[in-house]
Amino acid sequence: MRRVRAEILNARKLGAFQSITLVAPEIAERARPGQFVSVAMPEDRRFILRRHFSIHQASRRGGWAGTLEFVFDPQGPGTDWLAEAKAHQFLDVIGPLGKAFAYPRAPSNCLLVSESHGANSIFFLAQELRARGKRVDMVLGASGEGHVFKPIEAKRLSQTIVIVTADGSMGERGSVMDVVPKVAQSVGTEVIYAAGPRRMLRTVAEFCIEQRIPAQVAVEEEMACGTGLCFTCVVPVIRKDGSGYDNLRACTEGPVFNPARVFWDRWMSDETRAVPTPPEGFPPVVSSWPA
Amino acid sequence: MKQSLAVDLAGVRLASPVVAASGCAGTGRELAGLADVRRLGGLVTRSLTFEPSRGWPGPRVAETASGILTGVGLQNPGVREFVAEDLPRLVKAGFPIVASVAGASLQGYIRAASILRDESGFVALEVYLSAPDDENGGLPFYARIDRMAEVVGAVSRLSTVPVFAKLPALLPDLVPAARACVRAGAHGLTLIDAVPGMAVDVRRLRPRLGAVVGGLSGPAIRPIAVAAVFRVAQALPEVPIMGVGGIATAEDAVEFLLAGAWAVQVGTALIVNPSAPTEIAQGIAQYLKAKGLASPGDLRERLRLSGERATRGVSAS
Repeated sequence: MRRVRAEILNARKLGAFQSITLVAPEIAERARPGQFVSVAMPEDRRFILRRHFSIHQASRRGGWAGTLEFVFDPQGPGTDWLAEAKAHQFLDVIGPLGKAFAYPRAPSNCLLVSESHGANSIFFLAQELRARGKRVDMVLGASGEGHVFKPIEAKRLSQTIVIVTADGSMGERGSVMDVVPKVAQSVGTEVIYAAGPRRMLRTVAEFCIEQRIPAQVAVEEEMACGTGLCFTCVVPVIRKDGSGYDNLRACTEGPVFNPARVFWDRWMSDETRAVPTPPEGFPPVVSSWPA
Repeated sequence: MKQSLAVDLAGVRLASPVVAASGCAGTGRELAGLADVRRLGGLVTRSLTFEPSRGWPGPRVAETASGILTGVGLQNPGVREFVAEDLPRLVKAGFPIVASVAGASLQGYIRAASILRDESGFVALEVYLSAPDDENGGLPFYARIDRMAEVVGAVSRLSTVPVFAKLPALLPDLVPAARACVRAGAHGLTLIDAVPGMAVDVRRLRPRLGAVVGGLSGPAIRPIAVAAVFRVAQALPEVPIMGVGGIATAEDAVEFLLAGAWAVQVGTALIVNPSAPTEIAQGIAQYLKAKGLASPGDLRERLRLSGERATRGVSAS
């Protein structure tokens, strides 16, 4: 990973999203799908954390060599500021960070599933899989048409594509899991990759576990440092020997995880719990481990 | 005049007055690729408990005005695992290591300190006192001065290196608490710990942290920290103090040094800018040069106070 002052080559609107392309050869050279970059916010009296974005595109060759792109949804301080950034402005960027998706060794049929800007890393992954001779099919989900991520580009990258929107404004109406089983069966999916919000990842994970389809998911955790210093972006992950679980950092041990080892019940309860459970391991708690 | 950044905390010698604060420097591995860590005055480890701790469930961080609220819950691999895995790497990195010790009972502190006793490679210990005390209804150890003194005393007796007690700012009797820790055996003090805070997601009608109440850090708490350092330094001028709380720039650090700190720790700023300690140290050197002073220690008695103000600072304790 490198920390660089990177010039913005291009900043543009992309439907409801905003896209930024940076000149950052040091990062683009090393970037792999699933990894992310950490961008510093402006220095002023109001202290604000860095923001973290999955890498959408990293070009090593051709006219765009040495550049990398990320796409985001402006929502609140930080990303709103970044949405106003213009070409030739410089950003303080650290990357590439995190663990990347792994590629299957054998020629495989890969189904790539994403929701909203989770598609960032999925497009990069599609390119890399195709370059390795794998078949790529896609299911893209979004709330509505404006949030469908580069549909034309998606068609170019995949053998088949199904678009699903919650309001039915583009493609089928529903959520990605309404179509994933059908698609997986019809194209003979052997590996599933998914990126997006926690709830969607869980439904995909349950399907993969039930169907015994190997899978990898990239989580979208809010991160404070992005570099492994602060231990705030943790995901509960079951140990290999099944003896319990550990809270692993999404920024360092993730953001790509094996969904069969994510302790979903525990992780989802973060979102619904009304009363805090006490810190675990103080003394160590293993009673919540499912039998 | 030749400037030197070296400081001597009554025997604990650091090449720079800028130390990475507890819980903000990862396992020592992460910073290595990002910043010039050789310039660090030292590094305080995440707080180590005897048994491993998974910490609080998420969310563990919420951004607030000029600061962050965190509730990590002392996630750490346990002191034995730390000694086996992380310590050799930290020692190799070449900067002084301060081990932070925590527990849920007096026995917990004693067991953790006993493991560290057999290890070399530390220049000091820091005693974290904001952990909930299982033997006092889950109230933090700092809630009772006698309890603090008991823990600090036990760790100090076991330790082969100087011990710093880390105190919160918002104690009504901060100076008596500081004095009690020193009497119990603390060599120095770290002031301050994160300030208890809470943030609510009004859209979802829920606390923004899994822990509900967390610790506020960052520039928002800096004046609180400077005041705490000042009050204690006025009362206990011989006791080395490491000042910590919202330091993001060299000017912030100089504020602490003028208020009476012997060294400073940088925590939240590291999360935003991994080079912050290096930049702050360079800025302090420039400041010393501009003022014609030789070392950071020279700032300690430079704060211009009228006699009346100085007295009020002490009596406010």
